[in-house]
Amino acid sequence: MRWLGIGTVYLQMQKVSVLLFLAWVCFLFYAGIALFTSGFLLTRLELTNHSSCQEPPGPGSLPWGHRGQPGACWMAARFSRVVLVLIDALRFDFAQPQRSAEPPASLPFLGKLGSLQKILETQPHHARLYRAQVDPPTTTMQRLKALTTGSLPTFIDAGSNFASHAIVEDNLIKQLNSAGRRIVFMGDDTWKALFPGAFSQAFFFPSFNTRDLHTVDNGILEHLYPTMDSGEWDVLIAHFLGVDHCGHRHGPHHPEMAKKLSQMDQVIQGLVERLENDTLLVVAGDHGMTVSGDHGGDSELEVSAALFLYSPTALFPSTPPEEPEVIPQISLVPTLALLLGLPIPFGNIGEVIAELFSGGKDSQPHSSALAQASALHINAQQVSRFLHTYSAATQDFQVVELRRLQNLFSKASADYQWLLKNPQGAEETLKTVAAELQQFLRGARAVCIEFWARFSLVRMAGGAALLAAACFLCMLASQWATSPAFPFYSLLLIPVAWGVAGAMVCAALLATTGLKLDVVVLAAVAAVGSLLPFLWNAWAGWGPGRPLTSLLPIPRPILLLLLIRLAAFFSDSFVVAEAKATPFLLGSLILLLVVQLHWEGQMLPPKLLTIPRLGSSAPTGLPRHSGTYALRLGVGLLLCTRLAGLFHRCPEETPACHSSPWLNPLASMVGGRAKNLWYGACVGALVALLAAVRLWLRHYGNLKSPEPPVLFVRWGLPLMALGTAAYWALASGADEAPPRLRALVAGASAVLPRAVVGLAAAGLVLLLWRPVTVLVKAGAGAPRTRTVLTPFSGPPTSQADLDYVVPQIYRHMQEEFRGRLERTRSEGPLTVAVYQLGSVYSAAMVTALTLLAFPLLLLHTERISLVFLLLFLQSFLLLHLLAAGVPVPSPGPFTVPWQAVSAWALMAAQTFYSTGHQPVFPAIHWHAAFVGFPEGHGSSTWLPALLVGANTFASHLLFAGSRLSTAPALALPV
Amino acid sequence: MLTLLQRVTQGSTMKNTDIKRLFYAHLLCVFSIILSTFVPSFFLESFSILETHLTWLCICSVSVIAVNLVLYFVVKPNVSSKRSSSSHKVARFLKCCIYFLMSCFSFHVIFVLYGAPLIELVLETFLFAVILSTFTTVPCLCLLGPNLKAWLRVFSRNGVSSIWENSLQITTIASFIGAWLGAFPIPLDWGRPWQVWPISCTLGATFGYVAGLVLSPLWIYRNRKQLTYKNN
Repeated sequence: MRWLGIGTVYLQMQKVSVLLFLAWVCFLFYAGIALFTSGFLLTRLELTNHSSCQEPPGPGSLPWGHRGQPGACWMAARFSRVVLVLIDALRFDFAQPQRSAEPPASLPFLGKLGSLQKILETQPHHARLYRAQVDPPTTTMQRLKALTTGSLPTFIDAGSNFASHAIVEDNLIKQLNSAGRRIVFMGDDTWKALFPGAFSQAFFFPSFNTRDLHTVDNGILEHLYPTMDSGEWDVLIAHFLGVDHCGHRHGPHHPEMAKKLSQMDQVIQGLVERLENDTLLVVAGDHGMTVSGDHGGDSELEVSAALFLYSPTALFPSTPPEEPEVIPQISLVPTLALLLGLPIPFGNIGEVIAELFSGGKDSQPHSSALAQASALHINAQQVSRFLHTYSAATQDFQVVELRRLQNLFSKASADYQWLLKNPQGAEETLKTVAAELQQFLRGARAVCIEFWARFSLVRMAGGAALLAAACFLCMLASQWATSPAFPFYSLLLIPVAWGVAGAMVCAALLATTGLKLDVVVLAAVAAVGSLLPFLWNAWAGWGPGRPLTSLLPIPRPILLLLLIRLAAFFSDSFVVAEAKATPFLLGSLILLLVVQLHWEGQMLPPKLLTIPRLGSSAPTGLPRHSGTYALRLGVGLLLCTRLAGLFHRCPEETPACHSSPWLNPLASMVGGRAKNLWYGACVGALVALLAAVRLWLRHYGNLKSPEPPVLFVRWGLPLMALGTAAYWALASGADEAPPRLRALVAGASAVLPRAVVGLAAAGLVLLLWRPVTVLVKAGAGAPRTRTVLTPFSGPPTSQADLDYVVPQIYRHMQEEFRGRLERTRSEGPLTVAVYQLGSVYSAAMVTALTLLAFPLLLLHTERISLVFLLLFLQSFLLLHLLAAGVPVPSPGPFTVPWQAVSAWALMAAQTFYSTGHQPVFPAIHWHAAFVGFPEGHGSSTWLPALLVGANTFASHLLFAGSRLSTAPALALPV
Repeated sequence: MLTLLQRVTQGSTMKNTDIKRLFYAHLLCVFSIILSTFVPSFFLESFSILETHLTWLCICSVSVIAVNLVLYFVVKPNVSSKRSSSSHKVARFLKCCIYFLMSCFSFHVIFVLYGAPLIELVLETFLFAVILSTFTTVPCLCLLGPNLKAWLRVFSRNGVSSIWENSLQITTIASFIGAWLGAFPIPLDWGRPWQVWPISCTLGATFGYVAGLVLSPLWIYRNRKQLTYKNN
C-alpha cells in the first residue's frame, strides 16, 4: 500500500520506471518465497504402479520355483494369518524390558508391558523386540501411509486426490485384497479415509476427541476376541488410541498412563493365548511422544517406536540381543509382504528384516543364509525397479547418486546369481552377498530420505533472508520515495544489470560443472545479485549526519503491536490461536486509535479546521469530529470484527472447539424452511452490499458522470448480483430439481459463474482505462482561472481526500485545460468546473473493491456473503476512523500513515480466518476448483489452482486489490 | 478545590506532604488487596485465589471499594461542591452507583467484543468487569464525582490539575494495560490453572493496579519539580 505514495508524488514521472521498479520488487519476493518453499515443502511424486504376483520385480528365477504353488507369490508364505496390533504412540521405552537388578521403576510408563518381557525371556526364539526408527512427520496419518506403502510420506504427496485422503500408491492392504485375503479392522477411523472399502469387516471409532481415553479401546475390546475366535479373517488389524490420547491429555508421566499400558498388556496377553501356529503377532507403535505427550516433529522421543514380533512357532535362530536392534519402521512392510507370500508394494523402500527368513533355530546355517540372501535379493530387485521408474518420472534424484546405486545393485545381483548357479558356495560368501544387498538397500533409502524427508536448512534460511532483505528494501524505498530526488531509474537499472549478470555467471558455472540447472537457485542468485548493489547504494548514500531512527518513523504503540504480531509467529500456540489473536490485536489497534484521538484532544468539542489547499479557495473548513464520533466508529468496528469472528473454523489442534455450522454450503442443509431463510439472508447481504455502494457513490455525486465505469456501476453490478443469487439458488437446490430440468440446471451452474467473472473482468478493465469518474465542464465568462470554486460535498471519506492528491490532480487538470486552450488560440479566460473531486480517489477504490468481491464471493459458500458485507462495513468504518485521526495535512508529499497500513493488514488476516480458512493443507477449500466447472477440469491444473488460490487468499486480494485501480489513477494524466 | 490547588502550587513542602499522603493512601489500597487474598482463608474452607476465584474477586472488589470510600471521607482529596444538602448527597450517591453499574456493563460488552465467550462463563466475565470497574471507575467516582466532563479532561493530554488526578491517571491506565497483557498467556499450551479465562486477565488487572499504586507516588515524587498544575 505504501507504494501508492510513490505513485502519487511523481505524476509527471515516467510511469514505466515505477512499474518496472514494482515488478522488480515483486520478483525479489517471489524468488525468496520460491527458495524457502523449495527447502521447506517436501514433495514426492506418488506413482500408481502396482506390484503383481505374475510379474517378478526383476530378471532371474524366483527362489525354489514357487511360482506354481498356491498362496505364494515372490516367496513362499511362512504365515497364513497376521494379527497387527497398532498401539498409537507406543514409544520404545514403554515396551522396553526392565532388568530385575535395577530398583523398581518409578516412572509410570516403565515396565508396564510385562507380558512382552515374559515372552522374550521364556521363548527367546519366538519373539523379538525392535526399536523402530520412524521418519518424520510423526503424525498418525503419515505413519499409517508409511506402514502400508513402505515409503516416506511427505507433507505434499503430489498426485493425491482433491479432498480425499485415500492412498493411491501400492500398499499392503491393496495387495492383501488382490490376493483375496479377508481383512478385519477395528479402531481408529483414520483407516476408513485411507482405505475406503478395503475391509471385509470393520469397526471404526472416532479418533478426533483426544480427551476421550476409552471409547476406541473399549470398542475394540468388545469385538477383538469374538472376531478372533470366529476365525473369519486372514488379517486382523486393531488400532488402539488410548495411549496416544492419554499422552495428549495427561502426558506420559501420569498414573493414567500406567493404567492404560497395563490394559494394553492384558490385551497382548489375551491375544498370545489365542494365537495359532500359523499366525504372526505384530505389536507396533506408529510413533513416539515427547515428554509432554505430543508428537509430529522429529525429536528422538517422537521417532523411536516399539516393534514387537511373536509367533507360536520358532522364528529366530538366535536369542535376542541384550539391547534391542534399531531398524527403520518401514522394514515391516516388505517383511510382512514376503512372510505372507505377497508381492512387496511397488513403492516400498524398506529393507526386509533378514533374520526372520532364517527358518527357525533348527535350520541348517547354509540354507538359512541362502533364504536370507534370497529375501534380500527380491527386496533389492523391487527397490531397484522402483528407483528406476521414479527417476524416469521426475528429476528428484541426482544422476551421480543413481549411477552409484545402480553399480552396487548390479554387482550384488551378479554375485547372487553366481552363488545360485554354484550351490556349493560357502556360508561366508552368502553372508557377503547379503551384506552387499543390504548396503544397496540402505543406500537407496538414504537417497530417498535426503530428497523427500529432509528440510534443506540452507535454502530455508536463504529464502527467509532474501524475504527479509526485500522487506527492508520496501521500507527504505517507501521512505525515500517521499523525497523529491528519488532516482528510480538509476536505482533500478544498475541492480537489474547486476542481477542478470550474476544469474548468467551462475548458469554458466552450473553448465560447465555439469550440474542440474535449478530455476529456483538461479532466480535467488539473480535476486541477491540485484539486491546487494541496491543496499550498497543505500549504505553509501545514507550520509553520516542522518540518525538511524529516521528509518523507523513508526509511532511507538503501532511498532509495539507489530512486534507482538511478529513474535506471535514464533510460538506454535499463538500460530494455532491466530484466528483469535488477530482480531484481538486489531481491536487493540482500533481502541488505541480512538484513545489517541481523545488524548490528543481531537475529539473534544468540534472545532473548525482550515486545510490549506493549493491554488483553490475551497470551503474546506469542515466540522470534523463530534464528541463521540470516533468512539462510535471504534465500537462499530469492534462489533463487526466480533460478528465476523462467529464464522470460525477450528484448527485441527483444538479438539474441544466446534467449527461454525455457517461455513457449510446451503446444499448441505436439511430443513427446507431454514434453508430458505438463510438463502434470503445471503441474497439480502448481496443487495445490501450493492445498495450501500450505490448510495455511497450517489451521496458523493459519482453516479452523475457519463464515464463508462459509472455506467457499469449503474447496470453491470446489479446484473452481477442477479447472476450470483441465481447461481446460489441452483447450487443449493440442485438436488431437488425435477429430472427433465437437470441438464438445464447443470448448464446454468456452469455458465452463471463464468458470466459473473466475465462481467467483473470487463468492469475492472473499464476502471483501469478510465479510472477518474469526475465530471468536467468548461465554460467561458469567469474573470480568472485561478479562483475556481470546487464543489466539495460532504465530509471527507478517507484519509486520501485530505491529502495532497486532490489539489494535485486538480491543478494538473487546470493546466491541461489551459494548455489545450492556448493551443487552440481561443481568446478570453475560461472557467473550469470540476465535480466529484472530493471522492475521486475513494470512488475508484470502492468500485474496484465491489468488482473484485463478486467473483471471490462465488468461490466461497453462500453464507460467507455476510462476512463480505461485514468486511465492506469494516473497511468503511476504518477509513472514517483513520480520516478522523489524520492530523492536518502538512504541505508536502502524500504519505500513508502506519496506523492505516497495520490496521489494513490485520483486517486482511482476520478476514482470512472469518471466511473459513486455516493455514493448513487439510483446510484448503478444494470445492472452489469446481465453481463454474461442475464437470472438473480434465488434465489442466493451472485453472483449478488459480480458483483455489483465489479462494484461499480472497481477503488479501480484496484488501490489496482495492488499491489496484487507484495507483494508475494517480499516475495517469486526466 | 481552589484552596488545595493553591496550596499545591505554593510551596514544595506542601507538595511533599501531599505526596506523602498520597503514598500512604495508596499503601492502604495495596494492603487491602493483600489482606483480601490472605484473610478469607481463615474464615472460609478451601479458599484460594485460583480455585475459588469468583469468591476472591468479590472479596477483593468489596475491600478495595471500602478502602476507597474510607479514603474519600478521611483524606478528602477533592473538596465537594458547594451544595451539601443531604438530598443532594443521596442523589449524588445514587448517581455514582448507576455510573458504576454502567461501567460494569460496558466493560462486559467490550470484553465480549474483544473475544470473550458470549454465552458461556457470563458470571466470570461480569465479575472481571466488576473488578476492573473497581480499579478504574471507583477511584474516578471518588475523586471526580459523577462528572463525565471531568473524567474526559483528566484522561487527555495536559488535563490533570493535581497530584491526585495525576496518580488516578497512572493507576487507571496501569490497570487497563495489566488486564490487556493478562490476555496474552491464554492461548499458550502450558496447561496452568491460571491460564483459564478470565483468571489471567483479573490477575493482570490486579497486578497492573498495584503497580500503578506503587509507582505513581514515586513517579510524582521524582518529577515533582517539573509538575505544575494549572488551575482550571
